[in-house]
Amino acid sequence: MTLESLQAYNQILVLFIFVLAVFVGFEVISKVPSMLHTPLMSGTNAIHGIILFGGILVLADADTTLVRVLGFVAVVFGSANVFGGFMVTDRMLQMFKKKKK
Amino acid sequence: MSSTIALILIGVSVLFILGIKFLSSPKTARAGNLVAAAGMVIGLLVLCKPDGANIWAQGWTFNYTLIAIGTIIGLIIGAMGAYSVKMTSMPQMVALFNGLGGGAAALVASLEFLKGAQPQQLAGIELPALHDAGAAITIPMLFATLIGSLSFSGSIIAYLKLEGKCEKPMTFPGQNIMNGLILLVIIGLCGWLTFNATGHNAIVAFIVMAALALFFGVAMVMPIGGADMPVVISLLNSFTGLAVAADGFAINNNAMIVAGTLVGSSGTLLTLLMCKAMNRPVTNVLFGAFGSSGSAQAGAAGVVGTVKPIQADEVALLLAYAQRVVVVPGYGMAVAQAQHSVRELTEELGKRGVEVQFAIHPVAGRMPGHMNVLLAEANVPYDQLIEMEQINPSMDRVDVCLVIGANDVVNPAAREDKSSPIYGMPIIDADHCKTCIVMKRSMAAGFAGIENHLFYKDNTRMLFGDAKASLNALVAAVKAS
Repeated sequence: MTLESLQAYNQILVLFIFVLAVFVGFEVISKVPSMLHTPLMSGTNAIHGIILFGGILVLADADTTLVRVLGFVAVVFGSANVFGGFMVTDRMLQMFKKKKK
Repeated sequence: MSSTIALILIGVSVLFILGIKFLSSPKTARAGNLVAAAGMVIGLLVLCKPDGANIWAQGWTFNYTLIAIGTIIGLIIGAMGAYSVKMTSMPQMVALFNGLGGGAAALVASLEFLKGAQPQQLAGIELPALHDAGAAITIPMLFATLIGSLSFSGSIIAYLKLEGKCEKPMTFPGQNIMNGLILLVIIGLCGWLTFNATGHNAIVAFIVMAALALFFGVAMVMPIGGADMPVVISLLNSFTGLAVAADGFAINNNAMIVAGTLVGSSGTLLTLLMCKAMNRPVTNVLFGAFGSSGSAQAGAAGVVGTVKPIQADEVALLLAYAQRVVVVPGYGMAVAQAQHSVRELTEELGKRGVEVQFAIHPVAGRMPGHMNVLLAEANVPYDQLIEMEQINPSMDRVDVCLVIGANDVVNPAAREDKSSPIYGMPIIDADHCKTCIVMKRSMAAGFAGIENHLFYKDNTRMLFGDAKASLNALVAAVKAS
C-alpha cells in the first residue's frame, strides 16, 4: 500500500469509529429516567472536556507567541470544563440517596 | 502510536461508554461519573502527538510549563465553580462549562488550521504553505471552529438569560431570514476554504468565518425565551461534543473522537427527549419565539370559576387526615429555598401514616431532572419521587395534591384549551385529585406567561404567601393536630 492509500484507509477506519459511536451514544442513554437528565447532561458535558487533550497537543508544539497565548487559553478552558464538569456532577450525584430503612 | 497505547485507548473508550451507561441509573450514577473521570486520566497519561510519540516522554520545555500552569488554573476555576454553585443555578453552571469546552474546541481547530495555512518564512523570503492538508482534515477543522464558536457564544447568552439578564426573547421582523443568510455566508466560506485552505486569503476568510460563527451563536439564542434555555443548553452541549469529535479527526486522536461523538449523539437524544416532554418539536423551540404576547393572552380566555383561598390550619387538617398525599414541586419551591421545609412536612406526615409521594414533571425546574437534584439536596429519598407517567393514572385516588411553586406543568389548559400555547404538553393531572392545594405567592402567571385554569377549579384551594413560610406553618400545624 502506498502512503496515501494507507492514510485514506486510516481515515475510513476513523469514520467507522465515528458512525458506531453515534449509535452507541443513542443506545446507552435511551433508557435514562428523566430524574437523571440533569446529572447526565452535566456528566456528558464533562466528557467533552477531553478537548483539554487537544489544547495540550497544540500548546506542546507551539512556536509563536500567538499560538502560545491561544493554546494556553484553550488549555485553561478545557481544564475548567473537564475538572469542573466531573466535580459538579459528583457533587450532584452524591446527594441521590435511597430511603434509609 | 504503539499498539499498547492503541489498546489502552480502546479501554478508555469503553470507560467512557460504561460511564455514560452507569449514569442512567440512580444506583450506579455516581460510580459512572467516576468511571468516566478515570478514563479521562488514563487517556491523558497515554496522550500521543499525531506522529505517535507520547507527549510526556519529550523533553520539558517552556510550553510544558505553560500546559501545567494552564491546567492548574483551569482546575482551580472549575473546582471553585463546581463547589460554590447553588443547586438552583445548576443549568447556568452547565452552560458555562459547555461554553468553555466549545471555546477550547474552536481554538484548537483554529490553531491547527492556521498552522497549515500559514505561509512559511525562511531567511525573510516567503515560501508557500508547507502542506495543503486535504479536505479530509480541513473539513473537520472548519466544522470544529464553526460549531465550537457558536457553542461558546450561544452558551454565554444562555447563561445570561438564566441569570435573569435579557431573559425575554429578543425578536425583530426578518430575524430568521437574517440568521439564515448569516448561516449561508458561513457555509459558503467553509465551502471555499475547503478547497483553498492555504495562503493569506484563506486566513482572512477563516477569521471572518469564525467571527460570523460567534455572532451566529448570539443571534441564534437571543430570540429564545428563558424557559427554553435547558433545551438550548442540551443542544449546545451535543454541538460541543461534535466539535470535539471533529477536533479528534483533525489531530488524529481516537479517544477524542469517541468521547466527542458519544456526547454529540447522547446529547441530541437528550434534547429530543426534553422537547418531547414539552410536546414541542425542536424546530419550534429554536425558531418559534415561544411566549410571544399574542398567543399567551389567548390562554386567558375561557377561564370559569373563582379563586378560593384557604388558611394553613385548614390545609394541615386535610393533610393530617389524608391517606395519600402527592406533592408537585416546581422551580418556585427551589427559589423560595423551601425544599427542606417540604421534606420536614413529608416526614411529619409519614410518621402519621400518610402515604406521601412527589410527582415530578420531566421539565420541572429549569432543566429535566433538575427537581430531582434539588430534592436530593434536601435529603428526599429518590424512591419517593415518581415520574409523571407513572403517577398520573392514580391521581384520582389522591386525597390531597400539594402544588408548591409549580404552574405550567399542572395547567389543565394543556388538555382542555386548544387555543392555549401549551395545548398538548403532557401535564401532571393535579386537578384529578380530591382536593388540590396550590401554594403561590400571588396570582401572577407562570414562567411561560399563561393563565392557569387549575386555580379556578372547584376542588382547588389557594394558599397564598411565601412557600417556605407557609410550609413551616403547615409543619407546625400538622405537629399540633
